[in-house]
Amino acid sequence: MNWGVLLFPGSNCAEDCFHVIDSVLGEPVRYLWHKDTDLGQLDAIILPGGFSYGDHLRPGAIAHLSPAMTAVKAFAEKGGLVIGICNGFQILTEARMLPGSLLQNKGLKFLCQDQTLKVENASTAFTSEYETGDVIICPIAHNEGNYYAKSETIAEMERNGQVLFRYCDPQGLVNDSTNPNGSINSIAGIINRQGNVVGMMPHPERSSDSVLGLSAGKGVFVSMIKHIQTLNS
Amino acid sequence: MLKAIVTVMLKKGIFDPQGRAVQNGLKSIGFEDIKSVRVGKQIEIDLETADKTAAEEKVHEMCDKMLANPVVESYSFTIKEI
Repeated sequence: MNWGVLLFPGSNCAEDCFHVIDSVLGEPVRYLWHKDTDLGQLDAIILPGGFSYGDHLRPGAIAHLSPAMTAVKAFAEKGGLVIGICNGFQILTEARMLPGSLLQNKGLKFLCQDQTLKVENASTAFTSEYETGDVIICPIAHNEGNYYAKSETIAEMERNGQVLFRYCDPQGLVNDSTNPNGSINSIAGIINRQGNVVGMMPHPERSSDSVLGLSAGKGVFVSMIKHIQTLNS
Repeated sequence: MLKAIVTVMLKKGIFDPQGRAVQNGLKSIGFEDIKSVRVGKQIEIDLETADKTAAEEKVHEMCDKMLANPVVESYSFTIKEI
């Protein structure tokens, strides 16, 4: 399975993603550059976290207009797997590849902490390694992670099982007191209707190498690998 | 030359934590009679054209494509000669 990690000026989690795919999972991976118009043969693309274009104007507002994003959209339209993590999620919403938007955290603070998440839908190409209801730990590190979408959009996403992860406490409790940033319905990660584009504010790549003491995030990447293996078998 | 002054605001009904913080700050220095504060952005663009109609069209396009996110923001602008 061929992976690409898309680099924008200001991406700062690309090496972490590269390390997980290359060293932890032993899969072929290469960097893609934001000016690339031809991304070559790929099975999955990661839009990593960071501060693309310094987060100027809005996070992702400038990055989503990069030449490579036209190619990413075409790749996704053909069914390719795309995952945007943190700033990558913000870029995917700006590109309208995912619904909604990420607003400033309700408490106005940059949040940097280990975060418990509840897996809400384990029947996707990105979450099949989990069971629905699992509680996992993935670090968060963001200032604009407050997920917002119109109430009709939220209702539709909930109906379609498009919410993949919600913020919760270690027991799996989801409510206002366990919601770190004000996201509607405590939404931490979503998937598009077609099931091949995911955005999540938490960082699974930071909980994928057991040497770091956390490894539950690895399930996201392993699920993607198994999905592609099934398609190719 | 023309100058476009674009104002981008969070849409009504979307909570603006920055505005709330400013409101609380103003209250803390004695400005009690404030109903609400909302914080937005002002973007000034100097345009190398004298055609106001064409400029309006261009600025609309800039707002729609990049300057504002229609999911959460609204925009307005004025254009003046400089």
